[in-house]
Amino acid sequence: MSPKRIVVTGIGATSPIGGTAPESWQNLLAGVSGARPLEQDWVSTFDLPVTFAAQAAVSATDVLERVQTKRLDPSSQFALIAGREAWADAGSPEVDPDRLAIDWATGIGGVWTLLDAYDTLRERGPRRVQPMTVPMLMPNGPAAAIGMDLGARGGIRTVVSACASSTESIVNAWEHLQLGYADVIIAGGSEAAINPLPIASFAAMQALSRRNDEPATASRPYDVSRDGFVLGEGAAAVVLETYEHAVARGARIYAEVLGGAITSDAFHITAPDPEGAGASRAMRQAVQRAGRSLDEVVHVNAHATSTPVGDIAEYNALRAVFGDHLENITVAATKSSTGHLLGGAGAIEALFTIKALQERTVPPTINLQEQDPEIPLDVPTSPRALPAGDVLALSNSFGFGGHNAVAAFASI
Amino acid sequence: MALSNDEILAGLAELITDETGIAAEEVALEKSFTDDLDIDSISMMTIVVNAEEKFGVTIPDDEVKNLKTVGDAVTFITNAQD
Repeated sequence: MSPKRIVVTGIGATSPIGGTAPESWQNLLAGVSGARPLEQDWVSTFDLPVTFAAQAAVSATDVLERVQTKRLDPSSQFALIAGREAWADAGSPEVDPDRLAIDWATGIGGVWTLLDAYDTLRERGPRRVQPMTVPMLMPNGPAAAIGMDLGARGGIRTVVSACASSTESIVNAWEHLQLGYADVIIAGGSEAAINPLPIASFAAMQALSRRNDEPATASRPYDVSRDGFVLGEGAAAVVLETYEHAVARGARIYAEVLGGAITSDAFHITAPDPEGAGASRAMRQAVQRAGRSLDEVVHVNAHATSTPVGDIAEYNALRAVFGDHLENITVAATKSSTGHLLGGAGAIEALFTIKALQERTVPPTINLQEQDPEIPLDVPTSPRALPAGDVLALSNSFGFGGHNAVAAFASI
Repeated sequence: MALSNDEILAGLAELITDETGIAAEEVALEKSFTDDLDIDSISMMTIVVNAEEKFGVTIPDDEVKNLKTVGDAVTFITNAQD
């Protein structure tokens, strides 16, 4: 039995380069960088080695009511904003609540709540710990926030696989629609981990760029001088349903989701397999399962975090999969603009891939002054038109733990 | 420094507004937390934690169920002050 066609009918985001999906996309095309110095006191209090990050362009507390923000961790605040925008963008359809589901993702969920509550416990004792602490810190909090807001009773799921999380959640949503678990699914991911401890922790493993004197250009995937990733935050959501369901209600369709593949390296807890075998398998399988061929892929939104090791490992995998056809693939490394949204990265990058297909425009990769000669990919530094006709794009996400997730999309 | 009943009511109303969005004017002494103000148990617990901090009092866990109205809470807090 051939798979159901699944399409994207709504998008929403709050990111370091825009408070909405259209704003984020426009700023991406315009080459805006979301990274800037951190102005919070805790940077100097803790003498952090990294003093910049890609914070959300629009503060969640400027968008949501105080009564809501009080009972939501920032990772859930971002999720709610993106989820609501995507839902409205999809036309706020009439859906039987039992047939509406959420497939969300986060790397760590309510880390701010967890750490603030620990400070409260230590400084003021257990009676001062807020009763809402557990609901706010639990990693399923973001998904539940969206689900409760929209009345989704078809299942609210959260997947956790570090930086691969929200590409996995989108692939999962596609699978759940295939299995008929729901008629409409909101999928995506969020993260709000720009906090002293995550910064110190990522810095301690030499994963973060230390370019404190030039934050805006620090995230430079594929550049010879790349020195680590830039922490980002925010959320992105996509509304998925079957093609038939979308057409029946006259929905605007952005692109088709062909599915995807999830594999694992089982190689090292943080380093990618330099041969990229797991990543290659994920890309191949994503295209194969969609019943399409590798030479139909014209665009890849790469994982490309701007780490010396990661960028080249992904290149090796791309080369192994596509061979000479790689010359015909236009690559975008959008973490150059947004930084790394961790659990939200897959979702924002899927959103950019979807928009790229809808507008037939590959977004630019910024901060690429001198491309690493070991990574001879076609990476435009200004917006580039995609060819006409039926085209495919992939979005890659690889996470600590050796998770490889690839989502495949097609123009429609 | 003991606060008056009115000051405690005003302070409590502030906490309730902050937690639930209910307007301060709605928070009258005779109102029942659950039946009139529709405050759920976890919001109630949050208000209690915040009231302990704000008024410098202890509201024992098994006492909370006896605080059915805003007035009950104001009376309790007034008496619990040093």
